[in-house]
Amino acid sequence: MANPAKKTVFAPWDDTNEKPLITFEGVTKKFGSFVAIDDLNLQIYTREFFALLGPSGCGKTTLMRMLAGFETPTQGRITLAGQDIGPVPPNKRPVNMMFQSYALFPHLTVWDNIAFGLRRSDMPRDQIPARVEEMLRLTRMEKFAQRKPHQISGGQRQRVALARSLAKAPKLLLLDEPLGALDKKLRHDTQFELMDIQEKTGTTFVIVTHDQEEAMTVASRVAVMNQGKVVQVSTPDRIYETPATAYVADFIGEVNLVEGVASPNPAGGYAIAWAEGQAPIVSACDKSIAQGARVSFAIRPEKVRITPDRPEGAQNAMQGKVHDIAYLGNISTYHVLLPTGQIIKAQTANSRRVENREFTWEDDVWLSFTDTAGVVLTE
Amino acid sequence: MQLRRTFLILVPYLWMLLFFLVPFFIVMKISLSQVALAIPPYTPTLDITQGWDGLVKFFSQLSFSNFQFLTTDDLYWRAYVSSLEIATVATAITLLVGYPIAYGMASAPDEWRPTLMMLVILPFWTSFLIRIYAWMGILGREGFVNSTLEWLGIIHEPLTILNTNWAVFIGIVYGYLPFMILPIYAALDKLDVSLTESAQDLGCTQIKAFWLITVPLSRPGVVAGCFLVFIPALGEYVIPSLLGGSGTLMIGKVLWEEFSSNRDWPVASAVAVVLLLILVVPIILFQRNQQRQQEAEQ
Ligand SMILES: Nc1ncnc2c1ncn2[C@@H]1O[C@H](COP(=O)(O)OP(=O)(O)O)[C@@H](O)[C@H]1O
Ligand SMILES: [Mg+2]
Repeated sequence: MANPAKKTVFAPWDDTNEKPLITFEGVTKKFGSFVAIDDLNLQIYTREFFALLGPSGCGKTTLMRMLAGFETPTQGRITLAGQDIGPVPPNKRPVNMMFQSYALFPHLTVWDNIAFGLRRSDMPRDQIPARVEEMLRLTRMEKFAQRKPHQISGGQRQRVALARSLAKAPKLLLLDEPLGALDKKLRHDTQFELMDIQEKTGTTFVIVTHDQEEAMTVASRVAVMNQGKVVQVSTPDRIYETPATAYVADFIGEVNLVEGVASPNPAGGYAIAWAEGQAPIVSACDKSIAQGARVSFAIRPEKVRITPDRPEGAQNAMQGKVHDIAYLGNISTYHVLLPTGQIIKAQTANSRRVENREFTWEDDVWLSFTDTAGVVLTE
Repeated sequence: MQLRRTFLILVPYLWMLLFFLVPFFIVMKISLSQVALAIPPYTPTLDITQGWDGLVKFFSQLSFSNFQFLTTDDLYWRAYVSSLEIATVATAITLLVGYPIAYGMASAPDEWRPTLMMLVILPFWTSFLIRIYAWMGILGREGFVNSTLEWLGIIHEPLTILNTNWAVFIGIVYGYLPFMILPIYAALDKLDVSLTESAQDLGCTQIKAFWLITVPLSRPGVVAGCFLVFIPALGEYVIPSLLGGSGTLMIGKVLWEEFSSNRDWPVASAVAVVLLLILVVPIILFQRNQQRQQEAEQ
């Protein structure tokens, strides 16, 4: 306590000496003429908890299946620890997968399900029970070892599937929507449990999800995918704060997108003309954007202040009318209608009781934000 | 509501009573009677007009002598044993042929499946008897098989296939194959491909994954298919009499000869009752299998 060890930030992707565990080099996967994965490049590092995030059908499962060995790339190559895994069959890869459907063997007990992979490995027979017990303890399933999969709950099945895929201590664990079948509360608990297990075992995890909150919670880095392409790979906070494209901004959390024309300010940053008769939005963005380029200005609702009067010295301020209020318990989102017809969302914490809130429908309000609150996006 | 349910349960029971139990008791009764030169060719016949005395006389004339007779002539028990052997071997061959076909159907692309299913069921659209007759033409000395083999130069003398046990096996395998394929297909079709994939993922080769996952999980279908072939094959009459030879001994044929050539209805009935008793064991096992499968699915 007296002398806490200095915490080193886990960021192998920023370290040029670090070699990635997995690389995708120009990988394309076609089903017939349909392109499921389109010229994809990606690096995943040892001990990472890497999330693939994207809408249904964007190719997440296909990407996982290529890592596990059930699909071969049409073009490009995938390496694991520097070795091209193209010709290696699934049963010879140091990779295990937890299937979306769990795929537990219904005719085997929980114990035998977990031991299944160990019995196919070169682990000496007498060491298998100890390893199975260890996995049962890790997933807190000791009491259910002799049950069959249909005799346990959905959440317990999920843990058995996890235990089974971790038992062989793979270099890489693939989890395809592992929490998809669980209810919200259990999902939250299990997310933290997964992170805990990942840390304890030191395994590299690649998790697929279409739930952005889940990706943000568990992952060290998130890859946002769209139609077979990776749009952005970054840490959760970077993805949230500095999305690369309007698609990413819109996909992750709530966002206000205002389209306009950028022109550089002499003092740095840009002024974005977005509507006739409205002051341009000032943004201290350091990207280089051509004069007159069409851009989207993206700002998160919680970064927009809502006040009854024009705030003093605000860098950006606009007037509007409260059009709608979404009350979410801890926070409220105000949908403010601007004279231009656009709706801007502003979020505030509900520190007062609902009956005493400051604004109500049809009130005139001011929205304001600083020049660093939003980002300028060219795509 | 209650009434409707009672009615719904009653219908199948009435059906059973009318078309199974009543005929069974008639056959049972004949098996306890004696041959007679009369119409019908056995005594006693129940004459209700004589009242209680008639009933007493009727029952006093019934005896188990026909069943005793079955034990004195070793033709009968040899026929039973031989039928069991033929049915067992034929069921095993049907399984070996049927499983790969069912497996192929279950792994075929979705759009092909209705067609494949159709092809399996198609033979049912013609009479069983005609199809077995057709095999006589195929397997005979001048038949399709021999002429093809001779034309290919593989044989110079025609093979004797027809009128041997081989022809009986071919007939049973051909005739009952759909009963083997359909339940196995149903079991395999239900299997999630991710099960064998995860077995491979955990270190199995494809063949090993098939043995450790697919085979055990398709077992209920295999068991159902085997019973569906074995039970009718055991009492089979058409196939051994059309395709089998003089050496082919099957209980169905013996039964028919007692009934038509010897006109010994009582002995024929006794043979039938014993056959039924032999079949009760596999039928009960079959029911158990079905029940366990249903329980497992719940
Ligand atoms: N075996 C296949 N044959 C044809 N198309 C496929 C096959 N597998 C996946 N696809 C298609 O590839 C796309 C990506 O699928 P998938 O990777 O499962 O998406 P996700 O997991 O992101 O929802 C989908 O449009 C899907 O229809
Ligand atoms: Mg998927």
